[in-house]
Amino acid sequence: MEFNLKIWRQKNAKDKGHFETYHISGIEEDASFLEMLDILNEQLIREGADPVAVERGCQSSGPVSFDHDCREGICGACSLYIDGRAHGPDDHVTTCQLFMRHFKDGATITVEPWRSAAFPVIKDLVVDRGAFDKILQAGGFISVRTGSAQDANNILISHDKAEESMDAASCVGCGACVATCKNGSAMLFVAARVSSLAVLPQGRLEAKKRAKAMVAKMDELGFGNCTNTRACEMECPKGISVSHIARLNREFLKAKFSD
Amino acid sequence: MADKLISKIPDGPLSEKWTKRKSEIHLVSPNNKRKLEIIVVGTGLGGASAAASLGELGYNVKVFCISDSPRRAHSIAAQGGINAAKNYQNDNDSVYRLFYDTIKGGDYRAREANVYRLAEVSNAIIDQCVAQGIPFAREYGGYLANRSFGGVQVSRTFYARGQTGQQLLLGAYAALNRQIAAGTVKSYPRHEMLDVVLIDGEAKGIIARNLANGRIERFGAHAVVIATGGYGNTYFLSTNAMNSNGSAAWQCYKKGAYFANPCFAQIHPTCIPVHGDQQCKLTLMSESLRNDGRIWVPKKKEDVEKLRKHEIKASQIPEEDRDYYLERRYPAFGNLVPRDVASRAAKERCDAGFGVNETGLAVYLDFKDAIERLGHQRVAERYGNLFEMYEKITASSPWEEPMMIYPAIHYTMGGIWVDYDLQTTVPGLFAIGEANFSDHGGNRLGASALMQGLADGYFILPITIGEYLHNKFSAPKTDTNREEFAIAEKAVQERIDRLFSIKGKETVDSLHKELGHIMWEYVGMAREEAGLKKAIVEIQALKKKFYENVCVPGTQFEFNQELEKALRLEDFFEIGELMARDALNRNESCGGHFRVESQTEEGEAKRDDKNFMYVAAWEYKGEGVEPELHKEPLNYEFIEVKTRNYKE
Repeated sequence: MEFNLKIWRQKNAKDKGHFETYHISGIEEDASFLEMLDILNEQLIREGADPVAVERGCQSSGPVSFDHDCREGICGACSLYIDGRAHGPDDHVTTCQLFMRHFKDGATITVEPWRSAAFPVIKDLVVDRGAFDKILQAGGFISVRTGSAQDANNILISHDKAEESMDAASCVGCGACVATCKNGSAMLFVAARVSSLAVLPQGRLEAKKRAKAMVAKMDELGFGNCTNTRACEMECPKGISVSHIARLNREFLKAKFSD
Repeated sequence: MADKLISKIPDGPLSEKWTKRKSEIHLVSPNNKRKLEIIVVGTGLGGASAAASLGELGYNVKVFCISDSPRRAHSIAAQGGINAAKNYQNDNDSVYRLFYDTIKGGDYRAREANVYRLAEVSNAIIDQCVAQGIPFAREYGGYLANRSFGGVQVSRTFYARGQTGQQLLLGAYAALNRQIAAGTVKSYPRHEMLDVVLIDGEAKGIIARNLANGRIERFGAHAVVIATGGYGNTYFLSTNAMNSNGSAAWQCYKKGAYFANPCFAQIHPTCIPVHGDQQCKLTLMSESLRNDGRIWVPKKKEDVEKLRKHEIKASQIPEEDRDYYLERRYPAFGNLVPRDVASRAAKERCDAGFGVNETGLAVYLDFKDAIERLGHQRVAERYGNLFEMYEKITASSPWEEPMMIYPAIHYTMGGIWVDYDLQTTVPGLFAIGEANFSDHGGNRLGASALMQGLADGYFILPITIGEYLHNKFSAPKTDTNREEFAIAEKAVQERIDRLFSIKGKETVDSLHKELGHIMWEYVGMAREEAGLKKAIVEIQALKKKFYENVCVPGTQFEFNQELEKALRLEDFFEIGELMARDALNRNESCGGHFRVESQTEEGEAKRDDKNFMYVAAWEYKGEGVEPELHKEPLNYEFIEVKTRNYKE
């Protein structure tokens, strides 16, 4: 297969940035999107190192930087906006689990970084998602010290509650919800964490406090508000439901009323 | 020179050793802990749990990771589960059995005392994780559920769907976040350790590159903990994450920490087969699938031919023409034999010409019977996300056709040598989790990596490090302006300058791929003397080519992934060479290490306890000089060493 790739290039946070277009061919249908970018980078490095190619005008900004790691859809590192959709055209996958067979041969594919005020660009397609760490540091945990736990089977949790918690806990922290939200809201991310802990007995004690602290931190870091467009749910690679936002709101309101 | 390989295993009965050691270790009072600084490198299960627990104790911790967040560490990708000796199933499990299975699974090349301790603390891990809110699978009565894993006959694995590693890591990461908020831990994401700094022979800091802006930074402490995982990516294609690397451990080796059993690499039997030469990463399908999936290849060569030409589908081959070779060869354990055994059996069938895809390097993992027996819903609950993942990648549905799988590099049992306190041969330098060598011998059992990472991080290191630190609180903070730091930083800078100065034509990845081919060919599933010697020569030649013709584009002071990869590849060359050297020395087959010269008539691995019942610990002797081999004899005081038998 072959493609034209229109890719966002930006040297650093201060640079204005621009698109560059590249042509790539010989891509197998079974190649993943990121493998395709690997191949493009090989090509760009070889051209950059080849004086003849450079003379012919093959001057690009060099290999494209993009975050990636596990390539199994679980680490949450990859983060590309492809043809106007977070993680590209396939549903419920991270970019690393997107395969070229989903694209038409010869297509032009536009690739951009997450665009959100809270996620500044580091380089090209790489953004700084440190704000997510900060939100979780504000309260995304159960305050238990190593060694003070009771026997695990002393806490009974119904099968369904455990499954519900697990649904929310599947969040990989990729940031697609923020990138796709017109308000740049992190509500789904926050809700997933709050909800996964709030449905469990271990997490109840701090549920209100947790919701309040995490929402406050989210606001402080420049994420927008939720206006119920549900775009986040559509683009979440793990299919996390907006019903968790409702639970977050409940916990948050309870916290407000008990103030 | 005095022997540095002092394992510090406490005397006394096996079950009392850890208790004894704990009672001997000096305590550090809370007001003195505040004066002590600890660097933890890596934020997987080991690093995150250690940093969090040390922070809770009151130490000042600095924690480093190469990703944008601690939560990305590759522990997150572990699917199947975590073992513990809870005996919740009443199937006669015990600490002793978990210990015994682990020692036996490791083919009697792990330390008895360490493994017993691992089994001993395993139950506390589950308690801790549940208290943290990890949503383990539950029975309908609300009690914790278990499943079985390879190499054992009880059901002791706790799991959270096929995402157990993710959930455990998020638990450790949450504990870490709590300490970061409390101010006891400072987190340095996007930082890569490039050297360890020794002062008077003791580890007192690191040199790291800030990956976001390329600056080289110095960090001092009273002790350094390495929790950076394994070196499986030496093979280029593996189930490790793309950025997983052996560099931090390797820099420790070059500063005097011995490196133990480097040739012990685990080849996991159930990975999605290689699809073409554009691939850079292999995907694991959880071992838990072997609970209900049956592994087979056709009995008839003509069926194989038709499959390869896509003339028939696997589901069309009748039952009597299928060879369930694991059930045939190992009736007692069947599809649940340990990983090394299952991998070799797959290779044997494929080498004999029964591989079921175009490349001839694939076997089937079939759920037909499980779906009939359990029904769609229960199979979906157990493996739904794995089935989806498989279908996304291969565009074939395991509900209709069996999965195709083949072995791939997955984990490294070898690593930095540590004593019972998890301290390396360099005082003040500790290694935990996959980065050390101590618990899995020649082969790791499934669901034991998570157990070891968390055992080391939550319950062992936070105690044992006290013994090193208890008399250090009056020492001043490590001054990073000291000459030792300047020298180390200069060496790092020279390495980077050298890479940029080469300006060759080969990409880092293409050279890494070449290294991978050499490693898989000669230091892969079957190793023999001539091949291993050849590997050493070829790796050296490749390394030379790298320094003559690699192209590292861009500059140092920016986000530069090519530079990151080039620095790691420099170390992979050297790691690969040491792996080959160690494999050459170990002229026996044990665990994941199979020497062609050492097998039974039936083709089973033949261990040589008389000559090789030791830990091979390698000491760095300088660039271009052969490393020196030290041997730590393995004494089995409490269990009888036997030939592994999964047949009866």
